[in-house]
Amino acid sequence: MSLASIIIQLLNGLAAASSLFLVSAGLSLIFGVTRIVNFAHGSLYMLGLYGAYSLIEALGRTPIGFWSAVILAALAVGLVGVVIEVLVLRRIYRAPELFQLLATFAVVLVIKDAALFTWGAEDLVGPRAPGLSMAVEILGKRIPAYDLLLIVIGPVVLAAIWLLLTRTRWGALVRAATQDREMVGALGVDQAKLFTSVFFVGSVLAGLGGALQIPREPANLDLDLAVIADAFVITVVGGLGSIGGAFLAAVIIGVAKAFCIGIGTVTWFGFEVSFSKLTLVVEFLIMAVVLVARPYGLLGKPQAVQRLAADPAPPLTAPTWKVALVWLVLMLAVPQFADRYITIMLTDIVCFALFAVSLHFIMGPAGMVSFGHAAYFGLGAYAGGLLFKRAGLPMEAALLLAPLCAGAFAVVYGWFCVRLSGVYLAMLTLAFAQISWSIVFQWDSFTGGSNGVFGIWPSAWLAGKTTYYYLALACCGSGIALLWRVLFSPFGAALRAGRDSPLRAEAIGIDLRGFQWAAFVLVGTLAGLAGSVYAFSKGSISPSTISISQSTDGLIMVLLGGVETLTGPVVGAAVYTWVRDAVARHTEFWRAVMGGIILLIVLLFPQGLVGGLKALFFRWREQRA
Amino acid sequence: MLTRNNLLAGTAALVALSLFGPAGAQTPIKIGELNSYKVFPAFLEPYKKGIELAVEEVNAAGGVLGRKIEVVSRDDNGNPGDAVRVAEELLSREQVSFLIGTFPSNVGLAVADFAKQRKVLFIAAEPLTDKIVWDSGNAYTFRLRTSTYMQTAMLIPDAVKLKKKRWAIVYPNYEYGQSATAAFKKLLKEKQPDVEFVAEQAPPLGKIDAGAVAQALADAKPDAIFSSLFGADLAKFVREGQTRGLFKGVEVFNLLAGEPEYLDPLKEEAPEGWYVTGYPWSEIKTPEHTKFLTAYQAKFKDYPRLGSVVGYSTVMSAVETIKKAGSLDQDKLIAAASGLKLMTPFGMIEYRPIDHQSTMGAYVGRIGVKDGKGYMKDWRFVDGKDALPSDAEVLKMRPKN
Repeated sequence: MSLASIIIQLLNGLAAASSLFLVSAGLSLIFGVTRIVNFAHGSLYMLGLYGAYSLIEALGRTPIGFWSAVILAALAVGLVGVVIEVLVLRRIYRAPELFQLLATFAVVLVIKDAALFTWGAEDLVGPRAPGLSMAVEILGKRIPAYDLLLIVIGPVVLAAIWLLLTRTRWGALVRAATQDREMVGALGVDQAKLFTSVFFVGSVLAGLGGALQIPREPANLDLDLAVIADAFVITVVGGLGSIGGAFLAAVIIGVAKAFCIGIGTVTWFGFEVSFSKLTLVVEFLIMAVVLVARPYGLLGKPQAVQRLAADPAPPLTAPTWKVALVWLVLMLAVPQFADRYITIMLTDIVCFALFAVSLHFIMGPAGMVSFGHAAYFGLGAYAGGLLFKRAGLPMEAALLLAPLCAGAFAVVYGWFCVRLSGVYLAMLTLAFAQISWSIVFQWDSFTGGSNGVFGIWPSAWLAGKTTYYYLALACCGSGIALLWRVLFSPFGAALRAGRDSPLRAEAIGIDLRGFQWAAFVLVGTLAGLAGSVYAFSKGSISPSTISISQSTDGLIMVLLGGVETLTGPVVGAAVYTWVRDAVARHTEFWRAVMGGIILLIVLLFPQGLVGGLKALFFRWREQRA
Repeated sequence: MLTRNNLLAGTAALVALSLFGPAGAQTPIKIGELNSYKVFPAFLEPYKKGIELAVEEVNAAGGVLGRKIEVVSRDDNGNPGDAVRVAEELLSREQVSFLIGTFPSNVGLAVADFAKQRKVLFIAAEPLTDKIVWDSGNAYTFRLRTSTYMQTAMLIPDAVKLKKKRWAIVYPNYEYGQSATAAFKKLLKEKQPDVEFVAEQAPPLGKIDAGAVAQALADAKPDAIFSSLFGADLAKFVREGQTRGLFKGVEVFNLLAGEPEYLDPLKEEAPEGWYVTGYPWSEIKTPEHTKFLTAYQAKFKDYPRLGSVVGYSTVMSAVETIKKAGSLDQDKLIAAASGLKLMTPFGMIEYRPIDHQSTMGAYVGRIGVKDGKGYMKDWRFVDGKDALPSDAEVLKMRPKN
């Protein structure tokens, strides 16, 4: 790269960083005050683009039309944010941690289908910014004038937020609430109003980030999920709640991406290295490195302990032998009565149930949330497929060895992860999952790349769908039973102690990190078992088994069923898989319907399905007594 | 007395009971269709309309084998795991006769392998990957759409004619882009051994950093560019490249960019002079296309996209297969599909016995701009059979039986 190219790529990186920063700043603000992991933030960004497109069409392609459209779109998105906060989130602030994520996930589904309904499926290419459509020549190379403007807008917004936070009463309240929202409430501040206003500002920033992209990016329906992962990464790399950190992280990641592209393909010692392909994963690599070196991000501080965001989790109750037996008999009997598809569906459900239970084990009782649990599910699936196909092992051996491979990865990933806590830990698990995903996705000769691996069918004696279902039930059922048993063992008790009071746990001599590491390996192995059983039931595997959406599905299942109950994840897995299948078959806008159903469950049962039903049952019994 | 345990057990029984679904009725011939409707709506909404039109026409003409047809569609979520599940559902619950559909390569390949396992006919509609008929081809899978290799090969004569030495390449980083790039490099090198590939950019699908990519390509000072971008990536690349002067004095070849799905959103910014494959729907005057166009416009009050042609032709292929087989027996269906000839809006096609690839062709031309809209000019139709490798090569790639 020549000097001129380096400078131009630097400018490209800074321009890209600007809009990333706006989105992340909003996310960071919202998280800091409300502790909500707002999955719908990317959807707000997408609405910003669509809104700006429509408003520009309405107001005309003049400078005034363009800029008023951008601002109006951002404000409109802010109002959407307020609606989401008032109608949904306000009702569930006291639900168990992360439950709000379920609600925002539902909002993502609803907004996506609403956008499809309103704006149609075709990409909408917006106009260039009037008056700024030309390029500026720098060192003999041309760069769009609009990009230069974006480079300026980033720091200007940063300064504005900084002034807002440090020089106004509202800012002081936001900072106070970020540090200790209980205390802010105790001092007589109306929290509901504060939260709503923070949601408004955060959403406006997301909308503005989107609207400003209209000359650079067509409005399309994939933007929401494309942007949300980046926004989370930047927020975490910068340090949660740190706006300056978000800016720094956005610049680092934007510039790193531009340079990966600028460097292109190079040959080192006879090996061709494509930096251009690295753009698939570079932000996650950076995040992994930053979090390993600095557990609270670049400019973040250790989080203040939240007093009573919700009541502490109640002790778990195991189902009695009688109930377990009834269920077991039922599960065994179903294929004898039901049609073939039910058996196939149940095989899926059984796999996902073990996947969800293993995730629940780590995020519930062990207190370590994982956003990248699909890593072990997918690596287990791939290990099974590759041992069978490439190493030529018998299918039965591949099926049973695969979990060990997934466990081996958990040994490595877990070692790093247990050094962190809270959302930082969750994001590091996501980073490892994404790194695994990108390797699987790129390594064509070994993993089959984006196509995946096919022709991995079970041996002849297991080929029948009913037989395979019994195998899946045996494997996953014993996995679930083992995990539940472990939870009530001293090991499980130690993990819960570590979650509820790490200091006391350490003080009575529990090697917390060691225990947590072991827990990671245990759940990784069992999620791997689920993946391996799943792979042989489908006959093929693709990188989507390791993807973010697979990890998200796991979280949805656990939260839907109820994170504070033992059987919740199993119910969640069954209900989610089944309802999605049924809804997708009968309606065109199935995502919106699915989102609506989840929202309904969220509002009716803030402890999840099982938690809610349990509470209802106890209330009913009390009334009778 | 009702205890908690009894309640739980009762719920369990209730759930189990409600799981039993009704079995489907038998009268019409059911064809199972699955596709990633919500993941690629821009292509698949017109595709679905094409299917509807074909079903209507077939049934108006009395159906096939004396029975009406019904296409049962499912969304596969763009995910091979879900696709295999809905394929199972179509076969075992809906009792469909065989499968058609799919869009992304990985889903197409997974369903093809599933078809082989279940020994049912599968007509892949849209997946472009070469592997579905070659490296991973199987006896049960047929593919309609002009493949990556074929479309690339169709552009090669123009590329060779230009005698450009320095080529830069940009492609979305997954199967389709990778195999388009590999095919292009191989074919061009054969015809023009002194060609040099000076830069290669592989942005993630849907997430191109267009400014940086355009700059990196410009830095390599290419004479020509080969791109397989489409959708939002293409729109971003076109805009950044134009603003930054990347395309000045540089010839650009872009697969698929002439398809209305991807060309129309560009409006007045459609890049003039690019060599593309696509679908100049308003200018094709063959009787078979005119008939399709008139019927489509009358039914939907909209013009067809390429997806419409694919959806329509897929159903027609399925129907003709049934007609030729004279029964719904899988062996007979497979035998009938092999070597099946039928008329589509793009003319006669044949599903080649050698690799089950259809000879559906594509339109090759250059992009022009008229009345603030992109269109294809100087186009010609290339028959698919003229863009395929020799039989010997095909046999070498395709696994036996």
